[in-house]
Amino acid sequence: MTAINHQEHFDHKIDNDITIEPRDWMPDDYRKTLIRQISQHAHSEVVGMLPEGNWITRAPSLRRKAVLLAKVQDEAGHGLYLYSAAETLGITRDQMYEQLHSGKAKYSSIFNYPTITWADMGAIGWLVDGAAIMNQVPLCRTSYGPYARAMVRVCKEESFHQRQGFEIMMQLCKGTAAQKKMAQDALNRWWWPALMMFGPTDDASPHTARSMRWRIKRFTNDELRQKMVDVTVEQAKVLGLTMPDPDLKWNEARGHYDFGAINWEEFNNVIKGNGPCNKERLNTRRKAWQEGQWVRDAALAYARKQASADGTPA
Amino acid sequence: MNQNLHQLNYILQLADNLLIHAQRLGEWCGHGPILEQDIALTNTCLDHIGATRSLYQYAAELVNQLTPLERQTMFTSPALEQVFTKGLPAKEDDIAYLRDAWDFKNVLLVEQPNEDWAYTIAKCFFMDAYHLALYSALKSSNNSVLAGVADKSLKEVKYHLKWSSEWVIRLGDGTEESHERMQTAINERWAYTGELFQASAADVAAMEAGYGADLCALQTTWNAQVQSVFTLAKLSIPDNSWMQQGGKEGRHTEHLGYILAEMQYLQRAYPGMEW
Repeated sequence: MTAINHQEHFDHKIDNDITIEPRDWMPDDYRKTLIRQISQHAHSEVVGMLPEGNWITRAPSLRRKAVLLAKVQDEAGHGLYLYSAAETLGITRDQMYEQLHSGKAKYSSIFNYPTITWADMGAIGWLVDGAAIMNQVPLCRTSYGPYARAMVRVCKEESFHQRQGFEIMMQLCKGTAAQKKMAQDALNRWWWPALMMFGPTDDASPHTARSMRWRIKRFTNDELRQKMVDVTVEQAKVLGLTMPDPDLKWNEARGHYDFGAINWEEFNNVIKGNGPCNKERLNTRRKAWQEGQWVRDAALAYARKQASADGTPA
Repeated sequence: MNQNLHQLNYILQLADNLLIHAQRLGEWCGHGPILEQDIALTNTCLDHIGATRSLYQYAAELVNQLTPLERQTMFTSPALEQVFTKGLPAKEDDIAYLRDAWDFKNVLLVEQPNEDWAYTIAKCFFMDAYHLALYSALKSSNNSVLAGVADKSLKEVKYHLKWSSEWVIRLGDGTEESHERMQTAINERWAYTGELFQASAADVAAMEAGYGADLCALQTTWNAQVQSVFTLAKLSIPDNSWMQQGGKEGRHTEHLGYILAEMQYLQRAYPGMEW
């Protein structure tokens, strides 16, 4: 097939919702966009282990400790599925790590905020995982097969994570005044960063149109953000918490909540590396990687010795 | 000391070992050298928490049956006494979160810092081999709770031991550096292994009453297990046979206080709340 035929064939599949598979021809930019998006997603899972991992040793009950450990472990698992999906596009996990550690690859900015009280474990599950689900459910039908299939598994677990976060909030909100204050404080700090997770507004999002055309994306950033606001306001009512947005108001004509202006200057600053924990998170990942080098070397050396003893090439 | 207290102490020895071991392993979550191994270690940690919860639930039942005098002989914990002052029964979390270090009965080995992957693997391997032998014996305990926990945990610990043994071998017979690190870790931690088989009054009472394990028999099994893995790993048992002890009597290293300060801080700062 000629390049033009390849392109037509690819377009035909996209238009007819037939998934693109690793061995299929695909435009270079499609491949690059996916590598960027999937690896960024994988890095977010792995860096995302840190803010919650923070509280494993301090969880207030044995049951909470076990649930939190299981949740952070799930995130490591999501990282694995996603790195594997990205590897089908012709990049190795080590190369992706290298891009993360050098600062070339990004991860979700939300993880550059600190977890300073136990209620943050609730707020992250409820709001951050909640926003992630809004973003990720449509990805179960994304055009690239391995990514879509990984997302089906990820989404199942994320919805459990969101429920456990909401349950932590619920427990705090029906607890003492101090506990309810802790819950409100966490909502105040996490609400706006959670809304920023959907990315820039549609008119300022450089990749949206093309990703929609390729059916990598199914909804725009603003559509998903609106959905998040509408759903969360109702959930906050159940908890008895106040949304930290004086401009929040039901708009009868639109059938949606209007909400206040997002501080995009803060968003851009966190992306640039000026968030409260950017340096710490990245340094923690680098340190884990560097200190693990001798372990990985040993595992490799041992595997080679075993293989040569068996007479099979390593 | 009467039989009730011996029995409670025996349960606490088992439960505290698991909790403090899990607490240390939990520190690794998100910081492992290989993502797959991060997941594996968290799995082990979750298994220990599962088993320790069953044991603390049982311990709480036993604590609730003690007379106030027996309770005060057992524990020096104003926070725990307050639970009883309110007329409430103690629950698993009260036992885990409201005792201070001198009321913890874990062996010193599990409270030692993780240091690096080799130290952590050494600690896991020693504990896994111990738990395999222990649970195999406790499966036929005449105490149905202990027999039940042992039976369930036995399946898990077989996997734990396979995992940690493979890492001892991989590091021992990997590179020069990994061999040296693994041998150093073993040398440094070896002195804490003797206590596992040093019988406390609770261990003696438990064995005589038929609900506990025979530590001498356990030690024989453990030694054979360690020796066979070390041979494959090209590692050696340290010459220095001096063994540290005290954990089972509540005399701990400096580390335990810090572990508890971190683990119990929410329960202590916001007492009596549900989480």
